[in-house]
Amino acid sequence: MSGQTLYDKLWNQHLVKQRDDGTALIYIDRQLLHEVTSPQAFEGLRLANRKPWRLDANLATPDHNVPTTIKERAEGNSGIKDPVSLIQVQTLDDNCLEYGIEEFKINDPRQGIVHVVGPEQGATLPGMTVVCGDSHTATHGAFGALAHGIGTSEVEHVMATQCLLAQKMKNMQVRVEGELGLGVTAKDVVLAIIGKIGTAGGTGYAIEFAGSAIASLSMEGRMTVCNMAIEAGARVGLIAVDDTTIDYLGKRPFAPTAEQWEAAVADWRNLVSDDDAQFDKVVTLQAEEIEPQVSWGTSPEMVTGISGQVPDPLAALDETVQRSHTRALEYMGLQPNQKITDIKLDKIFIGSCTNSRIEDLREAAKVAKGKKVADSIKLAMVVPGSGLVKRQAEAEGLDKIFIEAGFEWREPGCSMCLAMNADKLGAGEHCASTSNRNFEGRQGYGGRTHLVSPAMAAAAAIAGHFVDVRSLPANDATHAQEA
Amino acid sequence: MKKFERFEGVVAPLDRANVDTDLIIPKQFLKSIKRTGFGVNLFDELRYLDEGQPGQDCSQRPLNPDFVLNQPRFKGSEVLLARRNFGCGSSREHAPWALEDFGFKVVIAPSFADIFYNNSFKNGILLITFPEDVVDRLFAEVDANEGYQLDVDLENQRVITPSGEILEFEVDEFRKHCLLEGLDDIGLTLKDEDAIRAFEQKHKAARPWLFRQSA
Repeated sequence: MSGQTLYDKLWNQHLVKQRDDGTALIYIDRQLLHEVTSPQAFEGLRLANRKPWRLDANLATPDHNVPTTIKERAEGNSGIKDPVSLIQVQTLDDNCLEYGIEEFKINDPRQGIVHVVGPEQGATLPGMTVVCGDSHTATHGAFGALAHGIGTSEVEHVMATQCLLAQKMKNMQVRVEGELGLGVTAKDVVLAIIGKIGTAGGTGYAIEFAGSAIASLSMEGRMTVCNMAIEAGARVGLIAVDDTTIDYLGKRPFAPTAEQWEAAVADWRNLVSDDDAQFDKVVTLQAEEIEPQVSWGTSPEMVTGISGQVPDPLAALDETVQRSHTRALEYMGLQPNQKITDIKLDKIFIGSCTNSRIEDLREAAKVAKGKKVADSIKLAMVVPGSGLVKRQAEAEGLDKIFIEAGFEWREPGCSMCLAMNADKLGAGEHCASTSNRNFEGRQGYGGRTHLVSPAMAAAAAIAGHFVDVRSLPANDATHAQEA
Repeated sequence: MKKFERFEGVVAPLDRANVDTDLIIPKQFLKSIKRTGFGVNLFDELRYLDEGQPGQDCSQRPLNPDFVLNQPRFKGSEVLLARRNFGCGSSREHAPWALEDFGFKVVIAPSFADIFYNNSFKNGILLITFPEDVVDRLFAEVDANEGYQLDVDLENQRVITPSGEILEFEVDEFRKHCLLEGLDDIGLTLKDEDAIRAFEQKHKAARPWLFRQSA
């Protein structure tokens, strides 16, 4: 019998019951909650007169609807001007209070985007099953945890039973071998992977990211990669546990106590795929071939390198692809064969569960330091992923670098990644965004999103159009990923 | 959940690949704390010519005459015919809530995104996967025949076209059973309460750090 993949191990460690019909009951160690996908789940519990199975498995924080201006946030929930958003955030507060679930409220310094908060608190640990009513839950797989997004019915199911009804996925390994070039980051790696396998390439699979280029990434970088597994169609992204993982976890509030630490670490060391494990599919990329990426279309697979150009839809062989490319170019207001560096920007967004951690802000700050945002840019904003990231960035003086360069320095939340709060694009505006989705209307009605790394977004802010971050003088940008 | 019964329904074609859940129901409508009322905003950005806001009276909004669901021949449609990777993107269950609220009982496509697939079945919507060439053919037939209806028979896992052609499909046994019986997952899972408790004890003994609260 061949060995087990990391996914197989995690699955087996949480299998409560395998049913004859192919479904299984999987035990869930951690559920993260936010205001958008939980109210109907709590309501369902209430209507059925059920109680949460295990309170301490849940951790909540509002993130999607919260305003990010410092002035509004100073007012707490009353700073939320949209009455519908306010009700949603208050409903989360009320539900957590009623059921006794721990919540980091709007002005708690630990509040932030759930996928930044969980790992930062050590509430995400290797070997856990982690779920959240949010597709970017794949992020937590960076710790060797089995983590994926679920719908609201499933949120209610997990609250009521501590289990999820699941079917085992297939195993895919995506290997990135070699050394990343200077100025090429985790974001570029994952965009290049999506460009290669497509947005449905990982459907039905749990993807384990491996290879020397992945192993060399920091935890922040690994989270960026796993975060976007869903943009390749895979609910689960995973990375094996190693020293980098363990070093990150020490002394975090929810991490194991001193007396449990050794046993935990010994257990975590097994969270790697066996040498003889069999994957259903293996895809390999060469790190040296990856350049800074920019998306040009309305699906994350519509992406190319900074030295590339917008494709000609008629060059596509498949008719369905031709039609989507044509539609995408029309929506994006771009011409076939237009150079990527000729795309002018209106707004810049540095933030989201993909790229709002301290390392992301450091990379962007290195590029922005001593420079000015171009006059043609209407708004350039930096939105830290959590209150603690914000505090750390301020301790390092990054906020000053951004403010002096002309960026707005904001309070933590999902912000313009999906524009549920007031931060949004106007119709026709082009945005260099460090977020994860460039769907039509995602960042605002008629808005045009280009997905990039934090360094590339900062460089675009300074130039007013896309530039190759590798072409900037060595003293500011090119060592970005070594932070 | 209502029981899924055999029916004949008008088919509306949505000829576009990678339809994401942002397109199915834009984010501004996710602020609702209810499960119902999303139907009027289904495909909001395709369906109307203006930008929609929650709580608005949609009957007063300008409709996009080119959008399929606004065309009289597709009025009252219950089957949505779509292209590959339907439902990709966000995990929002508001997407199937909107489809269901609008009146769709079935979506047919060459492939679906995983989370959307789960969410749909939990809301009584049947998703049918047919090979790309079959879907192409259905698009052509719908286009050529006004009032085109499909007879959807989940019990026997088949769809019957107006010409009498029988198209069989696969669906997993458990999901089929839940749909046909209109079953609540949570009630079913709680029948295994003892097994869950036993697992939990063993799991906690082996890995106590997974049960630690905030310091």
